[in-house]
Amino acid sequence: MTATTTLPGRRTATAGQRSKGTTGPLAWLVMPALVVFVVFAVLPLAGVLLLSFTHWDGIGAISFAGVANWLDTLKDPMMYHALWLTFVIMALSWLIQTPLSLLLGTFTAGSQKYRALLAVLYFLPLLLSSAAIAIAYKALLDPNFGLAAGLHLPILAQDWLGQPGLALGVVIFVVSWQFIPFHTLIYQGGVRQIPKSLYEAAEIDGAGRVKQFFYITVPQLKYTIITSSTLMVVGSLTYFDMIFVLTGGGPGNATRNLALDMYLTGFRANLMGPASVIAVILVVLGLALALFLQRLGGKDANKSQLEGA
Amino acid sequence: MTASLTRRTGSATAPLVERRRSPWARVRRTNVLGGLAGWIWLAVIIIPIYYILITSFKNQAGYFSQNPLALPAHPTLDNYKMVLANDFGRYFLNSVIITVGSVVPAVAFSFMAAFAIVRGTGRFLKGVNALFLMGLAIPLQATIIPIYLLIIRMHLYDSLLALILPSIAFAIPLTVLIMANFIRDVPNELFESMRLDGCSEWQTMWRLALPLTKPAIVTVSIYNGLNVWNGFLLPLILTQSPELRVLPLALWTFQGQYSVNIPAVLASVVLTTLPILVLYVLGRRQLLSGLTAGFSK
Repeated sequence: MTATTTLPGRRTATAGQRSKGTTGPLAWLVMPALVVFVVFAVLPLAGVLLLSFTHWDGIGAISFAGVANWLDTLKDPMMYHALWLTFVIMALSWLIQTPLSLLLGTFTAGSQKYRALLAVLYFLPLLLSSAAIAIAYKALLDPNFGLAAGLHLPILAQDWLGQPGLALGVVIFVVSWQFIPFHTLIYQGGVRQIPKSLYEAAEIDGAGRVKQFFYITVPQLKYTIITSSTLMVVGSLTYFDMIFVLTGGGPGNATRNLALDMYLTGFRANLMGPASVIAVILVVLGLALALFLQRLGGKDANKSQLEGA
Repeated sequence: MTASLTRRTGSATAPLVERRRSPWARVRRTNVLGGLAGWIWLAVIIIPIYYILITSFKNQAGYFSQNPLALPAHPTLDNYKMVLANDFGRYFLNSVIITVGSVVPAVAFSFMAAFAIVRGTGRFLKGVNALFLMGLAIPLQATIIPIYLLIIRMHLYDSLLALILPSIAFAIPLTVLIMANFIRDVPNELFESMRLDGCSEWQTMWRLALPLTKPAIVTVSIYNGLNVWNGFLLPLILTQSPELRVLPLALWTFQGQYSVNIPAVLASVVLTTLPILVLYVLGRRQLLSGLTAGFSK
């Protein structure tokens, strides 16, 4: 495309500088990226491990603490509560998001005009920040002036954010509302890459739509499902913004997941050491889950799924 | 542009453009289940957005007395005026500064790094590449405490630069990966002919690789831009002055201060989303392909 306009020999008089792609001059080109990345991402990653062995209140001096923070945190019921909540949110939001995204991705991959139009609207939540979504839902869930009153459905008029069980349910719902569009987009792309010939063959064999979906679409999307699930599961470890604005971890500690627990421990209770321990746990959990899910994909991840297509 | 970008990176969104009007769906019977789910989901998406929009145009009295889903009886722009009067312009400018200030260097640095990684040889560059790949797995949230410490020690606490530097760092791994995949697909003959024309690697980078990488640059800029624009954690932790607030943080403090004035709070939600909505209307395909950058396959 653009190549044609730039290519035709701009013969500049720089023959002397002819380079053969050696490492020397090129190595300098990675320096800006490398320096910023090392200082603000790699060092902090090492730093969080170091800080987990120190006492620090966020302002004063940092002193060595040995394994005290680790022992305290691993004995702390709050940490296990937060860990449990993190897993509950992870599992339930995965269970809601995956089937819906798969269905909607398949649906929007169709070529009908109205589906394209619907897809334009589906993706609107992607434009909103987590803070904006949380604030909007706070207003929507108001029992007197929100959705319940608007739809005249008294059953919706609950103290949604005031009761522990309901608040957790709301968090899971809003997480799904926020991220289903993204995963729909991923599945939509995946479905469009499935060869048509598979469906044509199934059609000839007399397989119905439901059968086609379960015997062609879903198996063909195996790697898309793994990618999407990895993003969902690993991403759910770090849900912070939305829950922080929506519930602040409450009522009580009903929605205080690990990421919130880390923030509240570190920046509200001024215990940076224990908060760093939680951060290390988050990193390790994330890596373990990502590796586990990639393993699920099997060693034949590079093998063609198109045999017989 | 998008089409060729996604095809090159092996992205799953490629057929978005190419296979849109493929005839195969016509042959098949109507998908009742999918259709039903599709319309129900539309309601789930649209009702909250509709509620935000109409409420933002209601006056206080209308909010308390009208049906929440009814159109405003007396539409008013007062809420928007109030939000704008509350320093919204400054917060907007702050958001623009940190977004542009992060995305431009992040993309420029990543482009140079990707070029070097693809064109260069040797252990050093291989190691750097491996480091960036590992960096994809570092969650920002988990490193926030050391970043806070670092920013304090650098005397950058409570400045916009404090938000920009970590944003650049965390944008680099994915940006380098996408750009490197893209540059790798440039035919070697083109590089060779540049060399025969007597161009240095430096010139080759700007005159050949840069123009050819344009679609990837659009994609990663959108992806990184949205992340920074909507980011909440860094501003929450690394700034405190009201005049340094960025939009998501301003939203949060605004709803804390005006929790009784829901229409005004929702007007602020609409205003912070407006720029991205404009972007969505102008370049939906680019935006969507930017969102899934690097995640498909």
